[in-house]
Amino acid sequence: MTTNQGSIEAGSVQYKARSLRRFLLLLAMAMALLLSIAVDLATGPANYALSDVISTLLHPFEATRQMRVVIWEIRMPVALMAVTVGAALSTAGAQMQTILANPLASPFTLGISAAAGFGAALALVLGVAVLPAFVEFMIPLNAFAMAMGTALIIHFFSRMRGVTVETIVLLGIALVFTFNALLALLQYLASEQALAAVVFWTMGSLVKATWTKVAVTAAAVAIALPLFINQAWALTALRLGDAKAESFGVNVQGLRLRTMLIVSLLAAIPVSFVGTIGFIGLVGPHIARMLVGEDQRFFLPASILCGALILSATSVLSKTLIPGAILPIGVITALVGVPFFFSLIFASRRKSW
Amino acid sequence: MVTLQLENLGTRYGKVQVVSGVTTPVIQPGTVTAVIGPNAAGKSSLFKRIAGLASGEGRVNTGSAAKQRNTICYMPQDTGSTAVLSVYESIILAAKQGSSLRVRDDELDRIDSILAALRISDLAARNLGELSGGQRQLVAIAQTLVRDPKILLMDEPTSALDLHRQMEVLSFMRDIAKGQNIIVMIAIHDLNHALQYCDHAMAIRNGRMVTYGPCADVIDGNLLRDVYQVDGHVEVNSLGQSHVVLRGPHDETKSRQTTAVMHAAATETPLAAQ
Repeated sequence: MTTNQGSIEAGSVQYKARSLRRFLLLLAMAMALLLSIAVDLATGPANYALSDVISTLLHPFEATRQMRVVIWEIRMPVALMAVTVGAALSTAGAQMQTILANPLASPFTLGISAAAGFGAALALVLGVAVLPAFVEFMIPLNAFAMAMGTALIIHFFSRMRGVTVETIVLLGIALVFTFNALLALLQYLASEQALAAVVFWTMGSLVKATWTKVAVTAAAVAIALPLFINQAWALTALRLGDAKAESFGVNVQGLRLRTMLIVSLLAAIPVSFVGTIGFIGLVGPHIARMLVGEDQRFFLPASILCGALILSATSVLSKTLIPGAILPIGVITALVGVPFFFSLIFASRRKSW
Repeated sequence: MVTLQLENLGTRYGKVQVVSGVTTPVIQPGTVTAVIGPNAAGKSSLFKRIAGLASGEGRVNTGSAAKQRNTICYMPQDTGSTAVLSVYESIILAAKQGSSLRVRDDELDRIDSILAALRISDLAARNLGELSGGQRQLVAIAQTLVRDPKILLMDEPTSALDLHRQMEVLSFMRDIAKGQNIIVMIAIHDLNHALQYCDHAMAIRNGRMVTYGPCADVIDGNLLRDVYQVDGHVEVNSLGQSHVVLRGPHDETKSRQTTAVMHAAATETPLAAQ
């Protein structure tokens, strides 16, 4: 115990300074995201100047008709889809890592994305509705039902005695292989038209984004967010260990289950619209954690912004890597994400997390 | 004013009855009670049952009309954390559970003064992962105190501390109990520390309370033999304090020649979680 005379205020002063710094960081990330969206809108088969894009955004009816249509009707849904999907997946990953106390947890690595993919393919190929009530929303609902089922499997498995962080990852790998095998089986059985849809979809692509899909994804995030924010202190306390969180009065089991259900919604909706876009849910939260720590009041918005920013920037990249072609965005995130994933596995877990 | 009285308290872990039939007289505020007993005797389970974190039969009477959220606080054994949180943030977390997201200035002031009282102000900005075992214990105590408990249940708060800090923490907790007029119960292995810093002792064995009373009455040769299976006695040392003198494990090596005067804790195996 070192005496620290004369700096009794230090703790709160440092804390306030740190909180302000984090707030400014979030603000900067939000600005960067806006810039990235603008660049995303400017790039494409026809490249526009950033200033033209901004003036079209601010004064749509003063721009040329062609410009207005391209920016607002063609590129805007894609650009916003990147933002909302990135936000949803990153939030899902952040909360999975929190409740499973597992740095390798994400919708993609634990098979939830693969399950959602299989569910969607069931609808695309066989026309099978897991939830028969709403046939017109068969694809997203199938994806959601399969994702939730898988999330529950992981949840209950993780509650069994003797289950470690590593065995959960192994379970996730098993689930990924299982659903990929089932998906391959469906592809084998599929008609040519359905096959094209499934293949397009397994690669993950934003190009079929519509305003409706953007709205539904944004709604999923908007529903999840207040629920998480409401539990910000409790979720953060989970990271101190179950015993400590319980002693603080947190209902650990209930919180875990509720969070897992919301996570499966956040993971399933994007997958059902844009296919499997991997590693955003893993990388986004890790970068957020490095930037602002794990106080959920900062960690949650930072995860959202990180995921949105990464996917928005990747969207730009997918259009500029090969001029004239739009690469499937899932391919790029996987190529960037895999080295990051390996570095996480090999890095000392205690340090970076 | 809060008092504590346990009435036929019990709890199960899975199918095993780990605590049963614990009944105490009324424990008064301003006192420190040592909860003593071998590993896996049920001390942690009893604490969780008292704090309402485990369910089971019996009643916990606190004597207070209005039940506040943090009347009874349980401080679990230290487990460490890999969270990217500073010491200061982890204490805010303890204080703010179930309340608003905004942290007020008076709440920050309170945390500052608790850190200062524990003399760990210099740790405030450190990450939890960088702390030593002893530092983690002190932070855990701060996390408990910040919740302003009336009844404080501490599960082996001194287990990772060196001698100096053990005594510092125990005398600090004693001062808190007296100064704030609260009830402190400490699960502790070192019987000499119990004699020195605690008013009462509660001996637990196999989930049952063996005896409860003033430390000097509870801790004697019979307790050492019956509860700990060691041979020894309590004598007055050169400082005029009661002191546990241990000869060795009961029934195995009775004939051992050397009589070691040592801390009871030294005969304990390093604790495992119960």
